[in-house]
Amino acid sequence: MTIQTAFPVDRSTVDALSKERREPEWMAALRREAIELAEQLKLPKLEKTRIDRWSVNDYGSYKSLPAVETVAQLPEGASQLLSEDVHRHLLVQHNSSVTYRSLPAELAAKGVIFTDLATALVEHEQLVRSYFMKAVEPGENQLTALHTAIWNGGVFLYVPKNVQVEVPLHALFFTDDLAATFAPHILIVADANSSVTYVDHYADTLASGNLVHNGIVEVFAKQGAHVQFASVHDFGPSVTDLSYRRAIVEADGRIDWVVGEMNMGETMSDTSSILKGNGSSSLAKVICVGTGDQKLNITTRAVHFGKHSTSDMITRAVLRDSATAIINGITKIEKGATFANGEQTERVLMLSPSARGDANPMLLIDEDEVTAGHAASVGQVNEEQVHYMMTRGITREQATKLIIYGFLAPIVSEIPIASLEEQLKAAVERKLGQ
Amino acid sequence: MQMSKLLNFKIDKLKASIEGKEILKGIDLNIKGGEVHAIMGPNGTGKSTLASTLMGHPKFEVTSGEITLNGEDVLEMEVSERSRAGMFLAMQYPSEIPGVTNADFLRSAINAHRGEGNEISLIKFIRLMEKQMAALEMDPQFMHRYLNEGFSGGEKKRNEILQMMMMEPSLAILDEIDSGLDIDALKIVAAGVNAMRSEDRSFLIITHYQRLLNYVKPDFVHVMMQGRIVKSGGPELSERLEAEGYDWVKEELGIVDETVGIEKEEEFKIPMNTVAPKY
Repeated sequence: MTIQTAFPVDRSTVDALSKERREPEWMAALRREAIELAEQLKLPKLEKTRIDRWSVNDYGSYKSLPAVETVAQLPEGASQLLSEDVHRHLLVQHNSSVTYRSLPAELAAKGVIFTDLATALVEHEQLVRSYFMKAVEPGENQLTALHTAIWNGGVFLYVPKNVQVEVPLHALFFTDDLAATFAPHILIVADANSSVTYVDHYADTLASGNLVHNGIVEVFAKQGAHVQFASVHDFGPSVTDLSYRRAIVEADGRIDWVVGEMNMGETMSDTSSILKGNGSSSLAKVICVGTGDQKLNITTRAVHFGKHSTSDMITRAVLRDSATAIINGITKIEKGATFANGEQTERVLMLSPSARGDANPMLLIDEDEVTAGHAASVGQVNEEQVHYMMTRGITREQATKLIIYGFLAPIVSEIPIASLEEQLKAAVERKLGQ
Repeated sequence: MQMSKLLNFKIDKLKASIEGKEILKGIDLNIKGGEVHAIMGPNGTGKSTLASTLMGHPKFEVTSGEITLNGEDVLEMEVSERSRAGMFLAMQYPSEIPGVTNADFLRSAINAHRGEGNEISLIKFIRLMEKQMAALEMDPQFMHRYLNEGFSGGEKKRNEILQMMMMEPSLAILDEIDSGLDIDALKIVAAGVNAMRSEDRSFLIITHYQRLLNYVKPDFVHVMMQGRIVKSGGPELSERLEAEGYDWVKEELGIVDETVGIEKEEEFKIPMNTVAPKY
């Protein structure tokens, strides 16, 4: 008897899947190796969070769905999230499969690739092979290994040198089937001096039960490239959301992250910027709202290798009921990254005495000639501010609401697609209005 | 926003304390429609405590006495109800509220007064706000700035007056609205106040100096010392105070220390004889 009976994914199915999807042999091999690794590796050790007590084993199995012609043919729960203005540059993953994708011809003509990862494996095999699981390694922990073995759907976005993509490319990841594995992999490569904005949205209509979303985002910003990445995670209580996002930024490149963690279930996210090149920079803005007895572990990280690299990380969390959030900010400056500058701020607003919030700023600095700073606070709604608003006739409830929204507003307003910004606002309202 | 020619605001034997220490020691004052009252006095005599207490700041506890507005018990009202009943306090140190724009804040306030189903239209609101901001010579960008965040002292004061002009209270209490204003700004603020003077609106102006009263002529002037109104008169009283200071009032009334001994901001002093921790 081994303990492997409890292991969430079966080795033989992984192999069978690769064959069915006619993946290149190297990918099949990678999946095989990864499932073996996953069996040996442990879950990641998170700061003050027992992730092993979460529901992290409900992966379901790969279930293929046919593509649809129009957004209207998607399930209503998905189509209603997609405003008309994003239909032309959109990719939708429904459960295990990407079922809808579009890209304006003028962008395709410039060499921009925006497709699902499975298609990219066929059409742009070498390109995918050069980058897939290179920012995040399969062997980091059980979750990254499992993801490598079972990933499905996903996005491949490639922007050639010197191409500026003006319109934000949009993706929706939607699940409504507990039995279907949901593990999208997003791979973004912005070649030298290009720029692109990518925005995605995660949602479900699961009524009950439990499903794990094990997702990885890899971004490669080559020399002088600028990637703006915005993401709203809006899962209901059935989904355990485990997300790694990592960017590798070359000289003078830039990554901007804007993330809204609006899930109702347990959430682990780790958003990292690896500032590899000289003069590279990153900005990460993350908001989360914890409700009920939700547990959240939210990490932002910047690792400086390049000289004169700069990073800024801003996280804001609002916690109510008996929600728990561990907010980690890690600025790591490696030896040799002279004149690097890393800043971070974590602020947690507690709305209930039984909520728990921890802000853990960490500066790990191995170089002398750098500047780095951090600020962290955990507090309640400021009574003076409430009073001031009340002296103008605004009720206590309304004043509190305005202050909380104001706390999150500077990040919400950064979402580069108006319709998604509205959805993020709606999610905030839904989570705070109960 | 309620207007009433019959405005009658009464403070009767009001006593209030902070953390058990009595600051207001029996205030009596009656303000009627259209009147401008000024309360003057040296620092630390309870002037600002009176303003805060009238508006219901939770830090101050009313221990006895009454406040009524047109016969209604103000002390029974929540802070926001006092505002909706027509009271307004322009604060000496208004809060900064990041993330909430000036416009969103003011529109919420105006709509709170107007009630559900009777909200002001966005375009009407914007026009009104633009008009009043122009009157106060405020940069239009202040509309979309976060409420008081990063405003200079003078900008905050102007913003308080802007709110007053937008909300049209029947009783406006101005707490040291002149401090931190240069003479040009003072004239603009005074013009804003004067433009609002009418038979159905009253003012209670709390000030340390005469200079605001050069531009906003009060009907009644009161001197506050030791948490009480110790002397009342007409505009000539403030002129004499400007010319001669407060000493003659103290002498006349036999007051040695005019303060209530708490209103001054407590200064933090670094303890000098502590030992640094070993690690």
